[in-house]
Amino acid sequence: MKVGLFVTCLVDLSRPGIGFAALKLLESAGCEVVVPESQTCCGQPGYNSGGREIAKSLARKVLAEFRGCDYVVAPSGSCSGQMKVATVHDLFKGEPDLPEFETLAAKWFELSDFLVNVLKVHKVPGTYDGTVTYHDSCSGLRELGVKMQPRYLLQMAGAQIAEMEGSERCCGFGGTFSIKLGEISTRMCEGKCESIRASGARAIVGGDLGCLLNIEGRLRRTGDTTTKVLHFAQVIAGEG
Amino acid sequence: MLVQSMHFKQRASEKLGDALLQGNMRKAKGKFVDGRAKAVAEFGVWEELRTHAAKIRDRAIANLDAYLVEFERNATRRGAVVHWAESAEDACRIIVEIALQNGVKKVAKSKSMVSEEVNLNERMEAAGLQVIETDLGEYILQLAHEPPSHIVAPAVHKSKEQVADLFVAAHGKPRLTEIPAMTREAREALRGHFLTADMGISGSNFIIAETGTTLTVTNEGNADMVTTLPRIHCVITGIEKVIGTMEDFAALIRLLPRSAIGQTITNYLTVTTGIKMPDEADGPEQMHIVLVDAGRTRLVGSDMQEMLRCIRCGACMNHCPVYQNVGGHAYGWVYPGPMGSILTPAYVGLENAGDLPNAATFCGECAVACPVKIPLPDLMRKLREQQFDRKLRPWTERAAIAAWGFVATRPGLYALMSKLGARVASWMGGREGLIHSLPGIDGWTKGRDMPAPAGRTFRELYKRRASHRA
Repeated sequence: MKVGLFVTCLVDLSRPGIGFAALKLLESAGCEVVVPESQTCCGQPGYNSGGREIAKSLARKVLAEFRGCDYVVAPSGSCSGQMKVATVHDLFKGEPDLPEFETLAAKWFELSDFLVNVLKVHKVPGTYDGTVTYHDSCSGLRELGVKMQPRYLLQMAGAQIAEMEGSERCCGFGGTFSIKLGEISTRMCEGKCESIRASGARAIVGGDLGCLLNIEGRLRRTGDTTTKVLHFAQVIAGEG
Repeated sequence: MLVQSMHFKQRASEKLGDALLQGNMRKAKGKFVDGRAKAVAEFGVWEELRTHAAKIRDRAIANLDAYLVEFERNATRRGAVVHWAESAEDACRIIVEIALQNGVKKVAKSKSMVSEEVNLNERMEAAGLQVIETDLGEYILQLAHEPPSHIVAPAVHKSKEQVADLFVAAHGKPRLTEIPAMTREAREALRGHFLTADMGISGSNFIIAETGTTLTVTNEGNADMVTTLPRIHCVITGIEKVIGTMEDFAALIRLLPRSAIGQTITNYLTVTTGIKMPDEADGPEQMHIVLVDAGRTRLVGSDMQEMLRCIRCGACMNHCPVYQNVGGHAYGWVYPGPMGSILTPAYVGLENAGDLPNAATFCGECAVACPVKIPLPDLMRKLREQQFDRKLRPWTERAAIAAWGFVATRPGLYALMSKLGARVASWMGGREGLIHSLPGIDGWTKGRDMPAPAGRTFRELYKRRASHRA
């Protein structure tokens, strides 16, 4: 089974460890993983800022890069939503390349969804001794139905989950929203941080790096230097 | 209402700093969201009903011309007069003329967002008419000289204590502390107005083509009073409120109060069909129905057509994390929250709507909550595309997107830039790995640190690993 890893631009730039954790998880489950070197970004920043044509040219680039793969996996619900939902329901609707994007969408999976529902893994390489709370990122949750998958995997690694109040509420990241309307974004993030603190967990885990950087940035600014902020891939790969 | 939407960012900032408002908003949030969730869970076949309702509304919009003519024919047959108002100005002129021609002195109004949209109160007062809002929330706001901040609960931004102060000033009675006593006092103050008003004005949630009926839901019964007691009843509503049949209404009314505040049914449902007939005990001598376009027909056949499905339940704003934090007044016009971020540019111009299409993280909660399945985030994104194409966003933002697109489509350049970026940002993060301030993204760094990159990109490290393995 040839699986293409879509690293995501944020992971590439900021937290390569998440990419290697994803790689380890896929390889240890027996996948042959390819990582196309020319990959950059799924195009969502352009798409959500009104730059539709830029988003389309990047989507075409991704399509070409992963053409030979049986599956494509990304450690992000947000980028996966872009390639699984936005391309077929909006960007290429009624266009000649739609069938190709439909094929890509069908073989594209968010990492936890792929591990649980396609590979049906029963064990993960990592173990985690401690209590975590899980933040449901919006795109993964509402576009792709990612909810129980990461929790199932975290428990498989031995983590205890202390659910926070409002785990499905947006953290305020929203891509460029976090900069354009930074004050509102920060207030939304503060609400999320309050929920995290109230959960009593020592680590906040999520599946999208954008949200995690936002949450980590607010926690640190408000003097919390100890709560760990982790991608679930790091936890279950034993690299948290 | 004067459009202030171009100042959204500034207004939102003020609201975020208003501790009293923040407390009031926090209290309201749970009530709306939890109430709806419970009502939806109890209903059981909610998704099927939503799909059905979206079809009902789509059919009405597709047949808008035919349904409206049918409505006019049936309403006229029952003695009502239907007026067509192409603009907000027309709507005001028509209603003021009706009032003046009939020697009206006092007007009692039940809640109408369309009347807010066209500035009706101001125009009537300028013509020398006394206007009394009789919806409790609207009554409070009339005393406070404020516009509504929510389409269903207009005074949701006010606390009990703030209302108590307003009542002392208006009613001249001792200050009350309990809500039931306060509502009793308001009811006593309003009762006289119902009985002495020459004209009643109501909005309408739905108008029914097959019968010529207008329907209004309230929880206070004030619409019953203003539609039956005064000798003249005037309805003001948007042309898109039309639906085909009572059967259609039966489906929609199951969605509306549940979506709005988790109610299975509203306390009152005011159904008015024409004037008082010779064999009837109650009802007005004249009934006028003012159907307002004011930008609505422009949406038919456009990218924004799905917005015309809206049944004004307010679920999108109740569930919007941006609205929950800044409140309705920040949005700067009549309609706040996600629906307002689409209707404001549609009705008053994208160039006047400022940041509204961008006032969303696209978290998708509104799209899930919408009872008629309006793809609100998708419509907001289309407006962002229009802003981008029409160069309505700052040039710096457009340049940044273009530059990013240029680099991201050139892998070699991208690899070099990301490698340099990761190095520089990592160095800036210092030992603690946090960037405290970064020009260009101070929207982020004012309230948050930016966790610094690790230093090497995944691409570099992966290449190294591959060559190591080989």
